[in-house]
Amino acid sequence: MAARRQVIQSIAVLVGCLPALGLTIAFFTDGLGANPIEEITHETGEVALIALLLTLAVTPARKLFGWAWLAPLRRTFGLIAFSYACLHFLTYVALDYFFDLGAILEDVLERPFVTAGFTALCLMIPLAVTSTRAAIKRMGQRWVRLHRLVYLAAIAAMVHLFWGTKADYAEPIVFACILGGLLLTRVWFQRQRRAGAGPN
Amino acid sequence: MKSRGPLILSAPRILAREITDETLYLRRREFLYSAAVTAGTLALACGPGEVANAGNEPAAPAESGLGKIEKSAYAVDEPTTDFKDATTYNNFYEFGTDKEDPARHAGSLRTRPWSVAIEGEVGKPGVVAYEDLIKPHTLEERTYRLRCVEAWSMVIPWVGIPLGAILKRFDPTSKAKYVEFETLVDKEQMPGQRRNVLDWPYREGLRMDEALHPLAILAVGMYGRELPNQNGAPLRLVVPWKYGFKSIKSIVKIRLRETQPNTTWNDSAPREYGFFANVNPEVDHPRWSQARERRIGDFRRRPTLPFNGYEEVASLYRDMDLRKFF
Repeated sequence: MAARRQVIQSIAVLVGCLPALGLTIAFFTDGLGANPIEEITHETGEVALIALLLTLAVTPARKLFGWAWLAPLRRTFGLIAFSYACLHFLTYVALDYFFDLGAILEDVLERPFVTAGFTALCLMIPLAVTSTRAAIKRMGQRWVRLHRLVYLAAIAAMVHLFWGTKADYAEPIVFACILGGLLLTRVWFQRQRRAGAGPN
Repeated sequence: MKSRGPLILSAPRILAREITDETLYLRRREFLYSAAVTAGTLALACGPGEVANAGNEPAAPAESGLGKIEKSAYAVDEPTTDFKDATTYNNFYEFGTDKEDPARHAGSLRTRPWSVAIEGEVGKPGVVAYEDLIKPHTLEERTYRLRCVEAWSMVIPWVGIPLGAILKRFDPTSKAKYVEFETLVDKEQMPGQRRNVLDWPYREGLRMDEALHPLAILAVGMYGRELPNQNGAPLRLVVPWKYGFKSIKSIVKIRLRETQPNTTWNDSAPREYGFFANVNPEVDHPRWSQARERRIGDFRRRPTLPFNGYEEVASLYRDMDLRKFF
């Protein structure tokens, strides 16, 4: 079982590296268009959000379809999401603003769209830090409670996306519907459990 | 390229045949796109509907076709943006909301025959063929900075005619206080209009004194050739001291009015896009700072200049609070 778990996680990590690899290759082959920094910012942000939604999709998929093998992917997806969120933020700090800390601070404090994104990133830090098996064991129930922050992080990321969007909301709406659906499954599971007929 | 060889002694020799033909180069994305669409179609075994789109020609660089062009004194002393960047990184939502969409989809726009309706407070209203609108004037090359409201900028050598010279031919009445412009509406030619991302037709406007300022031009070309479709062919406005969205593309209607016209982005998000939209590093967009900009091709941002460096227009706004009338 441990071997299968490792194979599944390794595949997920490899797939998770593909967007970063693609961006790197595109960067060195002039494939990012006229405004490469903007392209890197958008891509890393989008991958972070997709990985975050995948993280939230693991448990519902496991429960609904009985796919127990999915379980270890929750952490892998979560860490991929966090990695891309960090890349997204680093792109903004290092490439876009070239460490102009005054301008960055002004953005974070005064522009709600940046504040929301920064909040999402900050909320993910304690989750990444406590993602080890040792931490799970040590923290017990407190770990479960702490990791509910992932819902807040996802909502903050969604707000960041909506407030950062100009006119065309087609893609954000698709992402928001998926997040909404994933959150609703939690409500549904909760009610099932209360009714004592939960699938868990 | 060959003739430049001897100037740089150490330059590597590049044979003419090794240089990718420009048309081919500009079409590389189309190739990838059509390959992707074809692959997708094969995978889904769906109907031919989508494949038809893959044949859209991005505007191949036309022969100049503009005739005589006079150099103008209005030329910023800064390197011009790569033609490739200026023609593949565009905001022209009529062809899609991604920056690459206009280059990809604007091939379906038919720019001939083209006519412009001149309406409203003019002594000589009418519908004028594109050729008749342009013919009486001398084309000038004006190299202007272009500052997008999204905090990026370019330097573009436009070919055009002072807007004032054109407007005067139609005898504006004493009631003509504003000029309103409209872009073509045609879902077939402009596939981006199938979705109501904006309230079509795209509308823009200027106060009469702004329209008559010698810096404001109607452009028909750039880089010495006719405008590529994705850059607003065959006729667009260029107002270099205002954010790019004011410089409306593919114009089919010019209406002189007594009252201030509604404008598309101002209607869409009034807090973010004002009617005046003068480039102003002091007045931030609600979502980002306007103090600095990235010149396309540069790595570091540079400071944004008041009125985009065209301070000669400042007198037009002498008694106005530009924080309020942003």
